[in-house]
Amino acid sequence: MRDVSVIGIGQTKVGEHWDRSLSDLAVEAVLAALADAGLDSVDVLYVGNMLGDLLSGQTQLGALIADQAGLGGIPAMRIEAADASGAAALHEAYRAVAGGLVETALVVGVEKMTDRLPEVVESAMTAGGSADYETAHGVTYTAQSALIMQRYMHENGLQVDDFAPFAVNAHRNAGANPFAMYRSPISEKAYRQAKMVATPVNLLDGAPLADGAAAMILTSTERATALGRSGVRIAASTMATDSLLITDRPDFLSLDAARRSAAAAYAAAGIRPEDIDVAEVHDAFGILAALSLEACGFADRGQGVKVALSGEIGRDGRIPIASLGGFKARGNPVGASGIYQAIEIVTQLLGRAGASQVPSARVGLTQNLGSNGVTAVTHIFTLTQGGGQTS
Amino acid sequence: MQPAIPVGIVGYGAYVPRYRIKAAEIARVWGAGDGGLPIEEKAVPGLDEDVISMSIEAARNALLRAQIDPQELGAVWVGSESHPYAVKPSSTVVAEALGATPLVSAGDWQFACKAGTEAMQAAVGYIGSGMVNYALAIGADTAQGRPSDALEYTAGAGAAAFILGRAEESVAILEASLSYVTDTPDFWRRPYQHYPEHGNRFTGDPAYFHHSVTAAERLLAQMGRTPADYAWAVFHQPNVKFPSKAAATVGFKPEQIAPGLLVGAIGNTYAGASPIGLTAILDVAKPGDRILLVSFGSGAGSDAMSFVVTDALPEKRKRATPTQAYVKRRVEIDYATYARYRNKLQTA
Repeated sequence: MRDVSVIGIGQTKVGEHWDRSLSDLAVEAVLAALADAGLDSVDVLYVGNMLGDLLSGQTQLGALIADQAGLGGIPAMRIEAADASGAAALHEAYRAVAGGLVETALVVGVEKMTDRLPEVVESAMTAGGSADYETAHGVTYTAQSALIMQRYMHENGLQVDDFAPFAVNAHRNAGANPFAMYRSPISEKAYRQAKMVATPVNLLDGAPLADGAAAMILTSTERATALGRSGVRIAASTMATDSLLITDRPDFLSLDAARRSAAAAYAAAGIRPEDIDVAEVHDAFGILAALSLEACGFADRGQGVKVALSGEIGRDGRIPIASLGGFKARGNPVGASGIYQAIEIVTQLLGRAGASQVPSARVGLTQNLGSNGVTAVTHIFTLTQGGGQTS
Repeated sequence: MQPAIPVGIVGYGAYVPRYRIKAAEIARVWGAGDGGLPIEEKAVPGLDEDVISMSIEAARNALLRAQIDPQELGAVWVGSESHPYAVKPSSTVVAEALGATPLVSAGDWQFACKAGTEAMQAAVGYIGSGMVNYALAIGADTAQGRPSDALEYTAGAGAAAFILGRAEESVAILEASLSYVTDTPDFWRRPYQHYPEHGNRFTGDPAYFHHSVTAAERLLAQMGRTPADYAWAVFHQPNVKFPSKAAATVGFKPEQIAPGLLVGAIGNTYAGASPIGLTAILDVAKPGDRILLVSFGSGAGSDAMSFVVTDALPEKRKRATPTQAYVKRRVEIDYATYARYRNKLQTA
């Protein structure tokens, strides 16, 4: 295993791109990442995507995007792990470079959702659950989060309003992110008054499903150093899975896959949760942000919401999250979100987050979940000495 | 666009059913809360009302104002997205009821919410080319929204009829018009579907606002005019917010659109919406006033038409029921009655 560094990032604005196709978005992000890295070719392309077949009628995304981006017939394939597809693709790219099988790997997460009617999109999202035992009975992706949130509130003596800080913090931070979908702040009052979508999940609790693409280029740290671009290193890339059925889990208020992948990441990086300066957790819903905070060791069991309520998730807090908007305000192009998270951490470590910059951020973590914790992928990024200036 | 022979509105009339259901009542049934409702209430047609009956009511008012023999009508055209028959024209029934048959062109127009102004544009062409002396153009709908859908709150019912004729006989003369269309799929209904589908927010910026605002601005630019040259304007009104925002974007003040903005009280009457608004403006306009009409139909396009009021209007408008009388005439019903009147209960 050799050290791996990030040498290029590129992203599209997240939003409703009604006039652009899946490949249009992916190519924009890929070309931006290549330009950022100063490269015109790579050895392999991994595409993180959940819904290309269900919503765009398109598979073969690897070949499609490699061809459209002018990458000249390289090996290319799609990686799918529901809404963890982006980070899963990054994980594969990391393994390919770390294992010495390729010198340079390009990963792009892309999702195209808003051309389809909402009920079609919700149905497609639910394909990430158990088709036989959940989807067939109408338990949607949002409804699952609502059920988990209900139980979490019951066990921990919480109200819906207690989850407001996750959304408020995310929107406040998105103001400095030109790629975010919603850059305006929201108030706690607006959260309290938002209409219910699937009780107790309300309209301002769930992240907006959107279109977007984000790309990242990895190479060996040795080569990155030779290129003068060794700013950010990937110190850990770990993945774990759990049962698809929430009802098969001994304790569904503890995301076991998320916990195991985080523990493995800390072990690989040789650090502890308290060493993390900034984190992007899977805040597709407030409840998932809370459970992800707990799984990563930033809060004890049942304390994720209390950590948010105490202001510790803000830019100057103990564990800043959603530092450039998170899923909630940057928007959630599901299969791309894991790459957006990684790009946002790299941006923070390089000191380029503008008004949302987390002070002295040198170590960052991302955690991307697939379907309420069925799949969990955790990455840890570290700033190399002087990296913020040279890269 | 301008006709070779000057054309204007010789007679106009509106009709709105008497029943009303409040948006808050619909929200009560679906548990949606009443924050941010798009309108106050909407008009609901009675059990024996449809596009044909409402078209006849509106056309009779137009004939009363025009004071012409129905046999002089060279065309009877009905624009709607809720024609009672999929195959068989509404317009022949309307023409027969008015006494305009048999030597008359009759036809139904379909272009979502701008079918009415499309019929008006065609009527201008018929008269402007000298083919006929009078043509009747109607926009009417008994629109349906799928229960609990956002459209259910606004889908109303109503009709407006215009008899187009020579400018010298008119209450308002057409100065110029323009149509602006693109293939934009924001709202549609397939054959055999009872309720339409729509693209949610896609119906806003790329559809309604792009077409309405562009049509209005292009027509104003072609005529070398600004909103200040107009006493009144009426935009298609699927809810209160959209026409208010579109009008403000083009540069109209709220008071310029106020008399024609009826959606809050009667709902979105689809092909009838901007035409009924125009009738309400003609009920209050003064000779010399300029009026800008901007329709919008999903699929998508807008017609913009510029009129100037003549000295004949004040006397002629007294001959039939003013639009506000229909708007104010109301019998409130609850959701259960509405469900029965609108055939939302499957009884067999």
